[in-house]
Amino acid sequence: MKYIDEFQNPELARRLFDEIRATVTRPWALMEVCGGQTHTIIRHGIDQLLPDEVELIHGPGCPVCVTPLEVIDKALEIAARPDVIFCSFGDMLRVPGSDRDLFQVRGEGGDVRVVYSPLDALKIAQQNPHREVVFFGIGFETTAPPNAMTVHQARRLGIPNFSLLVSHVRVPPAIEAIMTSPSCRVQAFLAAGHVCSVMGMGEYPELAERFKVPIVVTGFEPLDILEGIRRTVRQLERGEHTVDNAYPRAVRPEGNPAAQAMLADVFEVTDRAWRGIGTIPASGWRLSERYRDYDAEHRFAVGGITTREPAACRSGEVLQGLIKPNECPSFGTTCTPRTPLGATMVSSEGACAAYYLYRRLGVTPTPLEASPVV
Amino acid sequence: MSDTTSQSPRDLPAVDISGWTCPTPLRETPRVVMGHGGGGALSAELVQQIFVPAFGGELLAQLGDSAVFSLGGLRLAFSTDSYVVRPLFFPGGSIGDLAVNGTVNDLAMSGARAAYLSCGFILEEGVEMPVVAGVADALGAAARAAGVEVATGDTKVVEAGHGDGVYLNTAGIGLIPPGVDLRPQRVVPGDVVIVSGDLGVHGVAIMSVREGLEFGVEIESDCAALGGLVQTMLAVTPDLHVLRDPTRGGLAAALNEIATASATGVVINERAIPVPPVVANACAILGLDPMYVANEGKLVAFVPREHADAVLDAMRAHPLGAGAAVIGEAVAAHPGMVVARTPLGGTRVVDLPLGEQLPRIC
Repeated sequence: MKYIDEFQNPELARRLFDEIRATVTRPWALMEVCGGQTHTIIRHGIDQLLPDEVELIHGPGCPVCVTPLEVIDKALEIAARPDVIFCSFGDMLRVPGSDRDLFQVRGEGGDVRVVYSPLDALKIAQQNPHREVVFFGIGFETTAPPNAMTVHQARRLGIPNFSLLVSHVRVPPAIEAIMTSPSCRVQAFLAAGHVCSVMGMGEYPELAERFKVPIVVTGFEPLDILEGIRRTVRQLERGEHTVDNAYPRAVRPEGNPAAQAMLADVFEVTDRAWRGIGTIPASGWRLSERYRDYDAEHRFAVGGITTREPAACRSGEVLQGLIKPNECPSFGTTCTPRTPLGATMVSSEGACAAYYLYRRLGVTPTPLEASPVV
Repeated sequence: MSDTTSQSPRDLPAVDISGWTCPTPLRETPRVVMGHGGGGALSAELVQQIFVPAFGGELLAQLGDSAVFSLGGLRLAFSTDSYVVRPLFFPGGSIGDLAVNGTVNDLAMSGARAAYLSCGFILEEGVEMPVVAGVADALGAAARAAGVEVATGDTKVVEAGHGDGVYLNTAGIGLIPPGVDLRPQRVVPGDVVIVSGDLGVHGVAIMSVREGLEFGVEIESDCAALGGLVQTMLAVTPDLHVLRDPTRGGLAAALNEIATASATGVVINERAIPVPPVVANACAILGLDPMYVANEGKLVAFVPREHADAVLDAMRAHPLGAGAAVIGEAVAAHPGMVVARTPLGGTRVVDLPLGEQLPRIC
């Protein structure tokens, strides 16, 4: 796509790297909140090419990684029932519960289907009126509106055999949790552009002011991320802490009011547990009272789940930026994407998984102008 | 999980992230999962841990796409493959085309020109006869186009609900010309890595029809028999080191297999990899990496540096190699590992895929 190519242009990237280099005078620690941004940073080697003074701390913004073990176990229990068709986005299938994952449930005979939209799951419910169809509704503010819309549609169309297993999470409370942690090293945030395309920027000025941190709304292509870093570093060097939009092609200050209205109708804010982190106040959504009939947890009475979470790995320290993934003794040995010990190794957007996939040897980066091969 | 509606976040204690804990490891799978057929690490483990010890043959243990052996004074290549694709017919081809071209290409990667195929049909009770006839016609046409004869076959029927309409298995045999020795063990640092054209086309074509995804452009599979292209390359020099058709697991899996078997490192220049816009778009939308997407009409070659230009020219003069490009080289550093130079000048490891690539949530 020409459009994508333009946001990966090495010449423009070089200019942005040069500008960041010329601006920075002292060490700064920036957190990119979103796992998609972590993935881009590591995949393109952006962190290798930044000046040493700019450290990127990988945030907890991978929806797959932070979905609580308890919810995964509930999903596994529901998906294993013979009367259920369990629908999910693809990358949830490999996330380990206490003792198995959705792939294994499917291998044992469970009807687990990968869909690309929650509306596909609703269609499956219409086509299979004698079976219960459950959609696994996880993710941040990006995936919550379509899931809300689907439940709204289910009620509007009178489709009784559809329900949602909900574990939605919200970014601003996570930023607050990070900033109030005693061991926090984060001095600025690259906010997740797609979250802001839904929610707008209104939730951030209060956080920027209260914690004196620049918050720059940032996109996902390499140049988007470099531009976000450039603006963040500029603010840090000037001693500023404002909310800035470096992703205007997708984010309006007010966000998407229709999506917000849908969220307000279908969901209500709740405390939510984050896998590997713990409960963060007011950090999630659940179905509101009006839509409780469509809540799979209630419908299938999967309340009495006991999970087994050993405290074995150091993803907490990784998420705080106290250690890099490859500094953990388990990294790449007992902990791999195949056998993840921690949430950050589970999904391709987790920091440990990104390091494992892309950064397992110390290859020296080449200057942009050098042609590495032939 | 506490799910009580919050009054005000300020009234609740701060979260101490220094106490964050981790989930439990996923145990080894006690049953077959889809990833065991994905051409990645799980597939390799299944073969190495169960099949190789059970069968015990020396040829099998070499784990090539084809077995290469001498018989009656001739050097032969022998290969088999099964086809379980859904849908049976897709833009640019069908399961019948795949069943011929897949096996012909496995043989071609050994330098062999396929001579004879066997063909096993496993049909599901209830499948319409015109569907079977359509698959058979496509298979016959593909065999004629590839210059290979279907010499023997078999048919079985399974009960309704126990198959996807039609499953196929083909095995093929072909002669390897004298002087041709294509093995990953022959790769040496300095070899040039060439791909024959656009990557990811087949995988995206299948995905677009299987999942009902629209990518703005009709995309057709690149499914083709590569025997002719390989002969063209061998005519330039029989001294090609190794060829692979990057099917399941895509380019990443093929390069990793070669790097591991040859104990050399591979460095590729990501900007040089030909990925057509429609594949790039589809992968961007789905969160997939084109390097892991399946191909059915492409090859990757490791060519001695002194022959690289001539081989590249010959490939580009062939219809199935018109988009050929040099994408990297074999190196002495990081043996067994594939490293990509990113468009911005960074580096990253290109790993063997674990199982199947999964579309991302967001």
